[in-house]
Amino acid sequence: MSGFARHITRSRLFWAVLFLATWVLSQFSFQIYKALDARWIIRFPKKYQLNFDVVVGDFMDWLVNTANFWLFTFRDMTRAIAWVIEIPYQFLRNLLIEGFQTGIGDTAVQIMPSLSWIAVIGIVIAIGQFARDWSLAALSGTCFLYLAVFGQWESAMITLASVLVAVPIGAIGGLLLGILAYRVHWVELLLRPILDLMQTVPVFAYLVPILILFGFGPVAALVATVIYAMPPMIRVTIVALKGVPKELLEAGRMMGATQRQMTWKVLVPSATPTLMVGANQVIMLTLNMVIIASMIGAGGLGFDVLASLRRLDIGGGIEAGLAIVVMAIALDRTSQAFSERRMMHARSGTFLNRHPWTSATLVIVVGTFLLGLLIPAVQTYPEVLTISTGTFWSSTMEWINVNFFDTLDALKTMLLKGVLLPVKKFFVGIPWLWGIFVTGLIAWRIAGWKLGVIAALMMAFIAASGLWGKAMVTLYLCGVSVFIAVLIGTPLGIWAAQKPKAGRVILAVMDTLQTLPSFVYLIPVVMLFRVGDFSAMIAVVLYALAPAVRYAAHGIREVPPQLLEAGRMAGCTPRQLLWRVKLPLAMPQLLLGLNQTIMLALSMLVITALVGTRDLGQEVYIALTKANAGQGIVAGLSVAFIAIIADRIVHALSDTQKQRLGL
Amino acid sequence: MKHLSVLTAAFLAATPLMAKDSSDPIKLTLHDWSGQLITTTLMGEVLKKAGNNVEYLQADYIAQFAGLKTGDLHLAMEIWETTGREALDEAVGTGNVINMGETGMIAIEEWWYPAYMEERCPGLPDWKALNDCAQEFATAETAPLGRYLGAPVTWGGFDDERVEALGMDFEVVHAGTDAALFAELEAAYQRKDPIVLWVYAPHWALTKYEGSFVEFPPYSVECYNDPSVGMNVDAAYDCGKPTGPIWKAAWSGLPDQWPNAAKTIGNFNISNDDMSAMVADVDLNGKSVDDVVAAWMADNEATWQSWIAQ
Repeated sequence: MSGFARHITRSRLFWAVLFLATWVLSQFSFQIYKALDARWIIRFPKKYQLNFDVVVGDFMDWLVNTANFWLFTFRDMTRAIAWVIEIPYQFLRNLLIEGFQTGIGDTAVQIMPSLSWIAVIGIVIAIGQFARDWSLAALSGTCFLYLAVFGQWESAMITLASVLVAVPIGAIGGLLLGILAYRVHWVELLLRPILDLMQTVPVFAYLVPILILFGFGPVAALVATVIYAMPPMIRVTIVALKGVPKELLEAGRMMGATQRQMTWKVLVPSATPTLMVGANQVIMLTLNMVIIASMIGAGGLGFDVLASLRRLDIGGGIEAGLAIVVMAIALDRTSQAFSERRMMHARSGTFLNRHPWTSATLVIVVGTFLLGLLIPAVQTYPEVLTISTGTFWSSTMEWINVNFFDTLDALKTMLLKGVLLPVKKFFVGIPWLWGIFVTGLIAWRIAGWKLGVIAALMMAFIAASGLWGKAMVTLYLCGVSVFIAVLIGTPLGIWAAQKPKAGRVILAVMDTLQTLPSFVYLIPVVMLFRVGDFSAMIAVVLYALAPAVRYAAHGIREVPPQLLEAGRMAGCTPRQLLWRVKLPLAMPQLLLGLNQTIMLALSMLVITALVGTRDLGQEVYIALTKANAGQGIVAGLSVAFIAIIADRIVHALSDTQKQRLGL
Repeated sequence: MKHLSVLTAAFLAATPLMAKDSSDPIKLTLHDWSGQLITTTLMGEVLKKAGNNVEYLQADYIAQFAGLKTGDLHLAMEIWETTGREALDEAVGTGNVINMGETGMIAIEEWWYPAYMEERCPGLPDWKALNDCAQEFATAETAPLGRYLGAPVTWGGFDDERVEALGMDFEVVHAGTDAALFAELEAAYQRKDPIVLWVYAPHWALTKYEGSFVEFPPYSVECYNDPSVGMNVDAAYDCGKPTGPIWKAAWSGLPDQWPNAAKTIGNFNISNDDMSAMVADVDLNGKSVDDVVAAWMADNEATWQSWIAQ
């Protein structure tokens, strides 16, 4: 026992000394530089700076403009892909909103109108009933009714068309890549770093090359969406296939199944519930991309949000933002229902008896089509019946602003002076050389020498690209935000797990926060807290809160009941039960939540640049507005490296905890 | 590369009058501010009247140049001298984009304050008076200096240099986006709090809020380039900001494919006042862009008819 205690103290001593040394160096780096007359201590010397951005920029230029495979250029290939994607997209757009026509301009002749709003809602209800029951049907029907009643129909259908194209590509593509990685080991090894980059490099960083390669317009936006939304599907597929019980595989082999049969008849069906979790992630991430996609030509709801907020129409922004949320809810619940759905016996009888839902839907579609020819209101939801919150939100905002600004301002000043600025000073002051060394040291200590070396190399890349200062601002902003998010999120999650009723409300709020485009609350936040780090921090906390809450709730709920029973038998009070039994056992889950919180905080970086922070996000954003592909990708890689280091360290922590707990 | 656009113009003049336009749609870009939506819709509607087919596509203001170069996009209606010149010059330099001339609108950018500040700072709009009451504009983060909310760093504008050159007691804080800039103005205006920030015209803010631009020493090219010019002999930028036209830019293939439309586009011309009135109708009175454009076209038929190439 005493050995254990000594081990702890020695480890604590190590961290204390490391922190103290860093703090001293950070505090006095300027004095040291003056005393030694060595400016390189605080600034990476310009002449050794590696011009990665130029190299990457030139490479992108070559790839986009000259690269060719003898018969066709790289760009011809990407343009061909764009052309293929465009076909289903245009079809869905015609089907959902534009109608089918021949000719263009004055000579256009409509062959068929689009599906009427009633028909679309009818289909959604039928799918809901088919997937689970009437309550789901009512829920998704209400969600789509909201779109019609609040006048969001047209934009929503455009967004829906792109979601309906992006999600299958992301899900099926992810599934196939996942299967390939499961079968071929080196593919998995190759994919792992690529997936890390796909998930952590901010989308803004590669928008410009995508635009050039895939042409301007909705298809480029779709491609960017798929790149962003596919990785979880690949990861989930690999995990799900590896989780298929050995006996099942054995049984398949004994039956003499070929490799193809093994994959499609044994592996995939038995992994389906887990695979649907991945598909679900693809849907949510696709909807997360709606705003960014609209910036490069996807149009739809994202465009409405941006345009409303540019004229400070907060109500309009919230209505369009909520339209994205309700669409996410409808799609999410339906896809979850499909994943839990049991196989049912085929019904027998006539076509009508066998397919009551298909028939009913067909009747609605054809019926509204015919009626729509006579009564326009059946075809298009009448504009006079749309409602709007009008100036309600703006007036509420004004009331808060006028009455509570001083209180909020005092609070903000307190937090700024007490927390944000000292932390910023600490991070920004760290000399880059020590920063590289210390990152390597931390990674080595927690996750082994391999990660130590990689982490140090990654930090060196950032310093050598001349981005050290901005990277430190990034660390400070994300660090503070993650700290606050975990501080708020963990108790909320515990509360949600202990009290199921409160839990339902809390988790619903978290769902909304995650799918509501952050731009919607960014503008009110700026009105109350002005442009600056504080507003950025609030936006990051709001966005990154959800995983901290979810994983905490999940972790507490998953504590084995026998252990709780044992705790109760030992005479634990509920308080002791929470602190001594539940929390320690939930620690690995809490750490995974922390990991996700960090990832989300980093992915919000580019958005925080919109309120004027001076971090890597701003660098990416500047590169985008100047269409400088090289600068954008280098800054994007820097963000990705920070994310990867954080991810590996937290995962290692979680694994150690699990081992210690014997889980 | 200027001679290139001249060449295109000469080529344009030489095309026979009877040249037929392609029936393919001309793709116009839409951005996320109402003024640009109005300008573009107006252009599109006029082109339709002239018998062309048009298609509207959403695109980012700067990123759209990539599309204009390749011919994925054909026409961008608002490239501001003040914020888009660099990108426009670069694109024209490649030979794949041509400048289709001015829209008639003039971009103004300058420091701006709400009218209620005149009581607190006697002597406004003179910049010296503003500087004398810099204290009024101070916040916890900037004290004792006043806080000036500048435009996103990507817009340029040399405000940091201006503050330095004129020895002003202000700290420049850069907003990240246009929306954040005006969100702060809206909030301060509601509370009647001191604020001085970057405002540009044509913009709805000038219709919604009362206030004025600060008067700096007048801009000249020399003032920006030559430190010895102006009141501070050791520094450039010791004067106000330049104003400049808003340009139209097009894919270089446009005049070949749609010769008549190219002339119509070249003739398009609208004043700041007309534009501001339309923008206010959309952003403040809640009318739709299509309605506002239709109303303007009904009232000014002679004007837009004269744009259409005969």
